[in-house]
Amino acid sequence: MVHLSWYLTVSAMLFCIGVFGFLTRRNIIMMLLSIELMLNSVNLNLAAMSHYMEDIRGQVLVFFIIAVAAAEAAIGLGIVVTLFRNYRSVYTEDITILKG
Amino acid sequence: MVQLLFFYFALVVIGLGLRIVTCKNPVHSVLLMLLLFFHMAGLYLLLNAEFLAAVQVIVYAGAILVLYLFVLFLVNLREEIKMSPFVQKGKWAGLVAALALLITFLRGVFNFTLGPHGQYTIEKVQQITHTKAMGEAIYTTYILPFEIAGLILLVAVIGGLALAKKEDKGA
Amino acid sequence: MNMPIYLLVIPFFPLASFIFTLLVGKRLGEKAHWPPIIAVLTSFLCACYAFNQVLHGTHINADLYTWFASAKFKASVGFLLDELTAVMLIVVTSISSLVHIYSVGYMHDDPGYYRFFSYLSLFTFSMLMLVLGNNFLQLYFGWEAVGLSSYLLIGFWYHKKSASDAGKKAFIVNRFGDFGFGLGIMVVFLVFGSVHYDTVFAHVHEVVGQTFNFLGMNFDVISLMAILLFCGAVGKSAQIPLHVWLPDAMEGPTPVSALIHAATMVTAGVFLVARCNPIFSLSPAAMNLVTIIGALTCFFAATIALVQVDIKRVIAYSTVSQLAYMFIGCGVGAYGAGIFHLYTHAYFKALLFLGAGSVIHAMSDEQDIRKMGGLKKYLPITYFTFLMASLSISGIPPFAGFFSKDDILAMAFGSPVASGKFAWFVGTVVAGMTAFYSFRLIFLTFHGEFRGTEEQRKHLHESPLTMTIPLTLLALGALAAGWVGVPEVLGGENGWAHFLSPVVGHPDVHLSHFTEWALMVISVSAGIGGIYLAYLMYMVKPEIPVELAQRHQKLYQTLFNKYYVDEFYNATIVQPTINCGRKVLRGITDGKIIEGIVNGVPGLIGRFSKLLSKFQTGRVQHYGSVMAIGAFILLWIFM
Repeated sequence: MVHLSWYLTVSAMLFCIGVFGFLTRRNIIMMLLSIELMLNSVNLNLAAMSHYMEDIRGQVLVFFIIAVAAAEAAIGLGIVVTLFRNYRSVYTEDITILKG
Repeated sequence: MVQLLFFYFALVVIGLGLRIVTCKNPVHSVLLMLLLFFHMAGLYLLLNAEFLAAVQVIVYAGAILVLYLFVLFLVNLREEIKMSPFVQKGKWAGLVAALALLITFLRGVFNFTLGPHGQYTIEKVQQITHTKAMGEAIYTTYILPFEIAGLILLVAVIGGLALAKKEDKGA
Repeated sequence: MNMPIYLLVIPFFPLASFIFTLLVGKRLGEKAHWPPIIAVLTSFLCACYAFNQVLHGTHINADLYTWFASAKFKASVGFLLDELTAVMLIVVTSISSLVHIYSVGYMHDDPGYYRFFSYLSLFTFSMLMLVLGNNFLQLYFGWEAVGLSSYLLIGFWYHKKSASDAGKKAFIVNRFGDFGFGLGIMVVFLVFGSVHYDTVFAHVHEVVGQTFNFLGMNFDVISLMAILLFCGAVGKSAQIPLHVWLPDAMEGPTPVSALIHAATMVTAGVFLVARCNPIFSLSPAAMNLVTIIGALTCFFAATIALVQVDIKRVIAYSTVSQLAYMFIGCGVGAYGAGIFHLYTHAYFKALLFLGAGSVIHAMSDEQDIRKMGGLKKYLPITYFTFLMASLSISGIPPFAGFFSKDDILAMAFGSPVASGKFAWFVGTVVAGMTAFYSFRLIFLTFHGEFRGTEEQRKHLHESPLTMTIPLTLLALGALAAGWVGVPEVLGGENGWAHFLSPVVGHPDVHLSHFTEWALMVISVSAGIGGIYLAYLMYMVKPEIPVELAQRHQKLYQTLFNKYYVDEFYNATIVQPTINCGRKVLRGITDGKIIEGIVNGVPGLIGRFSKLLSKFQTGRVQHYGSVMAIGAFILLWIFM
């Protein structure tokens, strides 16, 4: 019998791996990929909760999250492409125009 | 049996996750991500959510990762493989932040109680198939978010087009 | 509202004329004197009518307008018409009218002609408000307003630094006195709950013997009130130690000196003491203080006047001395006598000043009497009126000054107040000195040989009619004004004292007829003696004064330099204040503290924000790390 807390632990670890990746990768595209990882962990969390609470609403939310993640990935990558066109680089250390 | 499967899927997911964020070659990362998504779909199957598993593979693995690959090829990073994948300064801050967050979440995970149960018991879901259960929920109570999600996708299409369009030379 | 029209006209016509002349005067040019003269003559006629009404027993005490009333305190504009007010009204309006007419001639070519007349109207209004008030607050208002008019008029020729300095000095020295005066009014309000005269004077008996506890010391309430109110009188009437502004006030035009610094404004202090006589009579301490300060000032100013060489300065110190006489009168309880002297003094002192103005005008603005002499054949009318005024001030019968001065001396001698005899003695000595310096002035100015330049001799001429007519009218006053107060020993019935007694009471003095005769003889001989001594020293043997000055160099210098009081004040009060202002207030509090804060706070903010801006690296990962750490902290707190 798989306990709920195991699923939640996996989800938490995956989320933190995603955070680590977001905060430490140089390549912007890898940062975006880490974000996808975080989203996936959240999906797993929701699905597990919904299963153990015997309510379908969590999984409905997962469905919507997947849809929105797709849209977000598209737009994000579009921005990366535009950035690449203007700065000829996808590394975060080269794009610091918000520096105060 | 279920436990064994769960452990397999869980361990692979976490291992793949770690490898993804430390890999030098971004194309390798994306391919490993593909594998990760398949194992996530496996976890969904264990949770009796076959519709979600299918959607996960189709949308994430089939569409989003392909998009990532396209952009990676567009950017064409040959020399990146030789450099460190990590940010120069702030590597350790990121690690610390992530670990702190992990501790916080774990503390939460083991200290909460479940709320009231809904009416979609596992047997019922198994009986009317998960897809139909999802459909019953989406098309009645959540019809509005459904429409809005469609709108968001429309916006994404238009946005993507606008962002990636080539500039007009001359008018 | 039972306020008759004539009473309202008296102060408000000059007010209207002030505003009108100030706004429109420039366009009227040479005719700018008409509105003020018409206004003040109307006031004079109404004042005569009011006096007539009072003679027939009318008393008016009513509030015209209540500015605000809050709990017990009621600030209102109100008029009180009784015998004392009636007398003051006559004095103020008559002298003001004559000075207005005189100024037409004196200020003839001045570029600020209309401004002068508007200020004169302002002054008349202020003085009338002061005199007509029925509560302390209006008195204070009038007090400050006459101070303002005095400042404006003293510094009338504001381009001259000495004139504007003198104006400032008058105002600031007055402020010292007014501080005490203001405190006095506050004590009155604290004790009686009202500042209206009728309420205060009706209840003053009830607070006899009460003490006021301040910093652990107990002060008798009545004495405290009286002394504080007297502080204002000391400032306004130029008694020691606040007398220093009056001689400097001579920088103003001579009609101003005549009106303000002889006849009306400076007498406001005496009026105050007379008006508050119920309070003063119940405080022996205050009465003694008033008498002693009066006696000291009398002597002090007369000694300085003996050696001054500016014609107006001599008369100014003479004014201080005569005011002191009035205070002696009030201080010994003879308020009626004090006011009597105020009334006669107004005429002969204004006459002296206007006569001096006539001389100055003729001498092309020369004021040093060492450069004058022998003017009596060029300025006969001026000489004659000046002589009448000097005889009056020296106390020679049957001139007005004799009756009033004698009244005061007799009252001082017989008064139950402890310092009365001392005041009598000083007063008699000073009577001799008064005669001496007044006639010294006459002999040096009008007799002997002309000591000026040829240029000045060519311009010597008698003044025009606008100037000589007021002089003549005032001379009549200097002669006859005292005849309303002829004492019983000489066969008169002293109508003056009877007239004023409902307001100021009767002094508790009983002298035998013999004593009164003896005192009169003593004071008249002092006067005649002074005149004769002056004749000797300046006409017969003019080398005596020079010799005396040589032999008593130090004494002469001290008197000539006014006992160095101005230098003393300068060193102890003025310079330390200026230094404190420069070094402490400007250097430290303004320069370091306030500037420090005003410059320091932005500087601090700037440095702090420079520090904060280092957080904005532009690197997304850094922002993300901060967000993650923040999220962790929040989660930790809320879980």
